Amino acid sequence: MHLAYPAVLSALLFCTGLYGVLARRNAILVLMSVELMLNAVNLNLVAFDVYLSKAARDTLHSGQALTLFTIAIAAAEIGIGLAIVLAVYRNRGTSAIDRLRDAAEGHGDDSDDSAGSDSTVPGAEKAEATA
Amino acid sequence: MTTTTNAVLVPLLPFLGAVAGLLLGRTAPGFVRPLAVLPTLASLVLAVLVAAGQGGGPALDAATQLTPTGSVPVDLALHIDGTAALVAVLVGVVATCVQIYSTGYLRDDPRYPSYAALVSLFTSAMLLVVYTGDLIVLLVGWEVMGICSYFLVGHYWETPQARAASLKAFLVTKLGDVPFLIGLFVLAGDAGSFRITTVLGTVAGGGLHHPTLAALLLLAGVAGKSAQFPLHSWLPDAMAGPTPVSALIHAATMVAAGVYVVARLLPVYQASAAAMTVLAVMAAVTMASAALAALAQDDIKRVLAYSTISQLGYMTGALAAGDRGAAVFHLLSHGAFKALLFLAAGVVIHAAGTNSLAAMSRTGNLRDRVPDAYWTMTVALLALAAIPPFSGFFSKETVLAAAEHAAMGHTVHVPAAAGWTVLVAGLVTALLTGAYALRLWLLAFHGRGADAPGHGRQPVAMNAVLWVLAVPSLAFGGLTYRLLPDWLGGDSLAPALTTSVLGTGLALAGGVLTYGAWRHTTARAARTPLGAVAAHPQADAGLVEAEAVAGHEPAYGDIASAPDPADPGRLLLGPLHRHAAAGFHLDALYRAAFVRPVTAGASLVRFLDREVVETYVRGAGALPRLLGAAVRRAQTGNVQTYVSALLAGTVVLAVAAVLVATGA
Amino acid sequence: MTPSHAAVSAAAAAEHGFLSPTGVEITFLLIGLVTFGAALVSVTTRQLVHAALWLVVALGGLAVEYLLLTAEFIAWMQVLIYVGSVVVLLLFGLMLTKAPIGRSPDADSGNRWAALLVAVAAAAALVWVVVDAFRTTWIDLDGPAAGSTRVTGAGLFQNWVLPFEALSVLLLAALVGAIVLSRRAKAADAAQQARAGGAAQQARAARDGQRPAEEGKH
Repeated sequence: MHLAYPAVLSALLFCTGLYGVLARRNAILVLMSVELMLNAVNLNLVAFDVYLSKAARDTLHSGQALTLFTIAIAAAEIGIGLAIVLAVYRNRGTSAIDRLRDAAEGHGDDSDDSAGSDSTVPGAEKAEATA
Repeated sequence: MTTTTNAVLVPLLPFLGAVAGLLLGRTAPGFVRPLAVLPTLASLVLAVLVAAGQGGGPALDAATQLTPTGSVPVDLALHIDGTAALVAVLVGVVATCVQIYSTGYLRDDPRYPSYAALVSLFTSAMLLVVYTGDLIVLLVGWEVMGICSYFLVGHYWETPQARAASLKAFLVTKLGDVPFLIGLFVLAGDAGSFRITTVLGTVAGGGLHHPTLAALLLLAGVAGKSAQFPLHSWLPDAMAGPTPVSALIHAATMVAAGVYVVARLLPVYQASAAAMTVLAVMAAVTMASAALAALAQDDIKRVLAYSTISQLGYMTGALAAGDRGAAVFHLLSHGAFKALLFLAAGVVIHAAGTNSLAAMSRTGNLRDRVPDAYWTMTVALLALAAIPPFSGFFSKETVLAAAEHAAMGHTVHVPAAAGWTVLVAGLVTALLTGAYALRLWLLAFHGRGADAPGHGRQPVAMNAVLWVLAVPSLAFGGLTYRLLPDWLGGDSLAPALTTSVLGTGLALAGGVLTYGAWRHTTARAARTPLGAVAAHPQADAGLVEAEAVAGHEPAYGDIASAPDPADPGRLLLGPLHRHAAAGFHLDALYRAAFVRPVTAGASLVRFLDREVVETYVRGAGALPRLLGAAVRRAQTGNVQTYVSALLAGTVVLAVAAVLVATGA
Repeated sequence: MTPSHAAVSAAAAAEHGFLSPTGVEITFLLIGLVTFGAALVSVTTRQLVHAALWLVVALGGLAVEYLLLTAEFIAWMQVLIYVGSVVVLLLFGLMLTKAPIGRSPDADSGNRWAALLVAVAAAAALVWVVVDAFRTTWIDLDGPAAGSTRVTGAGLFQNWVLPFEALSVLLLAALVGAIVLSRRAKAADAAQQARAGGAAQQARAARDGQRPAEEGKH
């Protein structure tokens, strides 16, 4: 089999995950997209491991080992990430990451900004609460 | 003590007195008056001793060099000839009189300590100018006098007139001092030394390459300091200072310093016919125009100020005629009687509560209030008008005689035209002098109307000084015209018949004309009530004068003249009166020619600074602020935006790296 | 890559053209398309739960791809861990955060177009580079499976024991961390939070009262 197939699929999956990470609003969806990216990498690792174990008589199987580690680490990551999202949700009442703007310049002392966020946040919160 | 030691002490003592007065003025007020009077008096005694020691013999020279000053050495040099010795005695006499007079005049003035110290410092500087044999040391004294004049004119700095007058005096004299300094450098550059003896030796040896340039540059400084046309306009305004200051600085000594310097360096001028002609024209214009202006002034002190300018014109006229003996003779006698005139005028202003002649002419009985001032002023006015046998007659006669001598072409180095100019102007001025002297006397002492408010006798210190100065005003000329040629190293100073008759006759004619006019106009005085007196007639003389100066403009509409139809000067001058009262609009001319362009330039610079330069400065601040605002908008706090930018940058970098690696 | 490998690759490339579809390749392509499509739907759908379910499809597709690449152990790990646990965790997370069921109009943030741009650019760059580099590389899938459980286990426990043990420590730490993070606050903390919440409520009320004044100013 051509190596290009899994490699291209891996690249496309990675970019799909990338899009999800950048475009999704809900933090859990962002975590899903991160899983997609990790899986794209895994596919790449496996494909090259298979290729090298045949073509170069590689017996170390570093690709597969790394894939397993990645899977384990991804599992840990998803657990921690979900815990963080839950904590944020409990404290802030939302898991929309574009609402978590405490790092914004002028946060809290800029009257225009605070007025703007004030006018949008409660409505959104209410919508989420009723849903 | 040798004469040299005495001569060193003469300028030094008033200087030490000034320093001590400034230091002790606040802590020990009791010492201020002795510290003001005694050093000046001691310096007068020493000046007399120096004069006696010099005795009209050959010049006394002494020099020491403090430190090497490069290619042209600057020495602390003394050069005392008869002229210097006599002028120093005059300075000492007038300064002592003024210091004594001031103790009474500024009796209650809170700033008396600094005033007295500045007068002492001025005296010291003037004596330094008189005695020094080095042009740079002379310049030091010259500038110290200028700064003292600035401070003393502005003594009543609460009044706007005094502030303006002090600034004007300072700026106008400095305007002359800059060319003066350059002229000194030209002289020293040619002579290789700042020593006056060396410079004069170079002139005598024909080694002076630029006599006209040096003489004309020096002349600018002399015109500024001695209030000669066209730089004389500061002197009438300087009358906003206290009267004793006017007497000392603006009548007897500092304004004479210019004449004295020209007298010292007369050979430099004689080396250039052009300079002599300029000097003659300057003297003629000055003496005639100032005498005309004196006839139109209403402020008694401004009359005297213009009279001073006019008499200084006589002195420069004598120098233009090549006779430094006559010039110094007139300087000496004028110093005495003009100081007396000012001091007496101070008494009169105090008694009348006003400085306006128009107001005085409506005040009866003024001469009975101040008999000392009346009689001494009469003597001094006669001397001013050059009526024999008062001292002014002899000194002015020598000037006219010298001019006549030069006009006839008997004087070497002097163009006949210069002589004629001075002679004609001198005779015209003699007529005008008689007129304005009598006008002053009549208006001040022969007014009709309500009696002057009586507030006791004037202080003894003030009256005694008047009589002390009345003696030389009366007799100096007659007693000394035979002796002085030895001292002044010139020709005979005896009056010549032609000029005596002409000058005296013209002065008398002026007097008669004025008297006729006065008889004609005095009847009108009663019909037009006019006058304002000081707010505090009981206060000390200095305060009364300050209030009178400050009140003249609001009361009469002008600082120089009053709308008085009873003024004989108005009748005599006719349509010329308006221009003469304004000093022939020289100030307006200066304002249009110099002040306005400078002000316009200043506002242009201000505009450029505020609007153009500052725009760049503001832009330098606004641009980063704008950039900051733009960059700040990127800081949304949205993590996704940040990661997007990060990954976009990563992609760009990766593509770039690949392109570079593949060599595309 | 050593010269001998290059020679092998070149020989393989000569043997098999760029598009020489064998059965395995066709299967791989089809499954790949399904996987990619499921991933795309997963990151674009407006229904949050559906996104998780489409993610199951994508991850399952990937497991099949692993099988096709003869990495059977990885494939089953994928099914067990991802499809079995991770997605379940995500669904639990969605439920715990009260994610709306049904179409939610604001599933995508305002960053969508920038994200699309970055993703397409990255995809273009990556695909271009990968295709350019591995256009002719051939994986020989014949012979013994490269990722059978025996082979993988042997490799893991012969060569990767230490990282494996370290990973177990990491998992333990993650476990403890997740528990600490997601555990409910104690009673005292809860009271404090209630107070703080009250203060926040008050502050918000104050700001609300302030706002009309500010609007009046503007």
